[in-house]
Amino acid sequence: MPAKKMTGSQMVLKALSDQGVDVIFGYPGGAVLPIYDALHQQNALRHILVRHEQAAVHAAEGYARSTGKVGVVLVTSGPGATNAVTGLTDALMDSIPVVCLTGQVPTHLIGNDAFQEADTTGITRPCTKHNYLVKSIEDLPRVMHEAFYVARTGRPGPVVVDLPKDVLQAKGDAYFGPDQVKHSSYRPRTKPDPKAIEKAIEMIAKAKRPIIYSGGGVINSGDKASRLLTRFTRTLGAPCTSTLMGLGAYPASDPQFLGMLGMHGTYEANLAMYNCDVMINVGARFDDRVTGRLDEFSPNSTKIHIDIDPSSINKNVMVDLPIVGDVSAVLDALLKAWTKGEHSLSQRALKEWWKAIEAWRGRDCLSFRSVDSVIKPQHAIKRLYELTKDRETFISTEVGQHQMWAAQYYKFEKPRHWMTSGGLGTMGYGLPAAYGAQVAHPDALVIDIAGEASIMMNIQELSTVMQYGLPVKVFIINNQWMGMVRQWQELLHGGRYSQSYTASLPDFVKLAEAFGALGLRASKPAELDDLIMEMIDSPRPVVFDCQVDQTENCFPMIPSGAAHYEMLLGPDDKAVKPVSEEGMVLV
Amino acid sequence: MAPKDLSIERRTIAVLVDNEPGVLARVIGLFSGRGYNIESLTVSEVDPARRQSRITIITSGTPQILEQIKAQLDRLVPVHGVSDLSQKGPSVERELALVKVIGKGNKRVESLRIADIFRARVVDSGLEHFIFEMTGSTDKLNVFIDLMRPLGLVDVSRTGVVAISRGPTGLLS
Repeated sequence: MPAKKMTGSQMVLKALSDQGVDVIFGYPGGAVLPIYDALHQQNALRHILVRHEQAAVHAAEGYARSTGKVGVVLVTSGPGATNAVTGLTDALMDSIPVVCLTGQVPTHLIGNDAFQEADTTGITRPCTKHNYLVKSIEDLPRVMHEAFYVARTGRPGPVVVDLPKDVLQAKGDAYFGPDQVKHSSYRPRTKPDPKAIEKAIEMIAKAKRPIIYSGGGVINSGDKASRLLTRFTRTLGAPCTSTLMGLGAYPASDPQFLGMLGMHGTYEANLAMYNCDVMINVGARFDDRVTGRLDEFSPNSTKIHIDIDPSSINKNVMVDLPIVGDVSAVLDALLKAWTKGEHSLSQRALKEWWKAIEAWRGRDCLSFRSVDSVIKPQHAIKRLYELTKDRETFISTEVGQHQMWAAQYYKFEKPRHWMTSGGLGTMGYGLPAAYGAQVAHPDALVIDIAGEASIMMNIQELSTVMQYGLPVKVFIINNQWMGMVRQWQELLHGGRYSQSYTASLPDFVKLAEAFGALGLRASKPAELDDLIMEMIDSPRPVVFDCQVDQTENCFPMIPSGAAHYEMLLGPDDKAVKPVSEEGMVLV
Repeated sequence: MAPKDLSIERRTIAVLVDNEPGVLARVIGLFSGRGYNIESLTVSEVDPARRQSRITIITSGTPQILEQIKAQLDRLVPVHGVSDLSQKGPSVERELALVKVIGKGNKRVESLRIADIFRARVVDSGLEHFIFEMTGSTDKLNVFIDLMRPLGLVDVSRTGVVAISRGPTGLLS
């Protein structure tokens, strides 16, 4: 019996359901009307109508990050696609699996500057892991399934499928399922080379001052990878630090955890990185926020780098032993080899190492002075953590000081509960990412820790959360400044605060009410806890205007162009030397 | 940490790709986006049945950058294989040039004489012009073209370098 004829749009939806997709984030328009028409005639797929296509991608990222599944976006041609570009770049930088379906003008009009035409595959080529323009309905099922395969395997990332309107309307009978698609060239390596494992064990066994530096790759590898990381760290008895993207992979409350490293990382994490003799990088990429000045980065250590992406190896930092593979597979192999060989680290050396680390920890680099008159931003996040830690809580952030404070003061015990824009640093990420996570976890508490400047970049998304009754909480650390910009102007540009003060901010409580959400405001430490509890207990979306000390800066800090040991611990800590010209150039 | 080698090397890299729309743009975009050099780039379909093309790139950089270039190329989705011909062992490199020279009298005779020395073929001629076809190494082509310049060179078209490894192994083996 010949297969039933399907339209391109029906094939798209069938492919999505065959890929296990249950929700898509999108915004309609002329070129994708056939898909929206097909969507209207089925109930299997849920569609969340966003208010801006950038938000659709961030929402899909939040969904993907909090579930481990591929996030799916549907936008129209031209402006729909170009608006999605920021989100796609964000997903590329942070290795988040997203499939973005974009409408396109019909094939015979491509290249004619038709209405709402943009060269979507051309524009998105550098900001996706891969992209496709489907020119014939015969290619459609294969491309759809390949797109999901490419997005989720290896180092995950965003994939665009550009769908001309005539292809969506054409009829074809050649639909086939995902099991019939095998990619001809893309087969990322997941199993490590056994010789590299052997060599790694030799190197680790000799360590006197080891450190594990874990990153977002652990989260991407799946929850098993986080469990293996914890077991591996405990088996060695070594300290573990994490990048911004890796928070939650190792439980923050564990005494072996040193906190985040890098520019705003802890003193103990950065000094341990500087002084270690064997560094085990697990799924991190030696980002410039982490390394500080490269020629002074952990100068005396032997470095092992576990990464699924061979192009991450030796990109910024030359390593002694690369292990290409999936973090789970590599950690599993390392643990088995370590146990089988009955290895253990020199306990005497390890004791000395921990003594040094405890001394650095003793500096209590995250301490701050609370006052009664005004809420310190650090205090606000600390209280938010204390009052939400016993619930199933997901945290997203925007970008800036509040993001760093959230990373420092909110302690993540489990993977996939923390969503932040690390690589691209996209203001406006947090609110859509939060409701993307809320869609996946309807009963969880989902909080976007925001800044008052960042939140304005996708504030329209309050309308989306209202439409679907998604009880997202937006906790705005409001200091009326683009705080991180102001901090850099203070430290690097002689306190000339060019354009970093936001005059004419809205009344966030009234703004919340205008959208139909609950608005709350706190300006005194004494009222903070009660108001946070009111926010948590409300079944509605909440915008919380937390008015904080306007002058507070984010510490500790490695000034740009400086090395790990040149950290500034607080406002009274003077830099050892002024920031160099080279440092000024860096962002 | 291994000390950084900052010497600049020149490499010939062959890449086997699916011949699909945009694949060349992907490769070129990678080089421009990440600030790598391209000295020469050639591309042509080599296996119509499998729809595969071969791209030959000559690039230069520090050893670290060159490793990056290969790794970045290899992770492009339509790429089947990347081979560093300069590292893999001996290889054969060739380039083809079409060279148009106009002139009369002695200059015209001289250009033909030099072409003969270089074993360039005449593929078109008129009373006042020759078109020479020459195949060889890039250096040899450069020398020939330089010699033609004072003799009435008006047009040069070059293919860029194509290369293949010596010995019995193929790119993917």
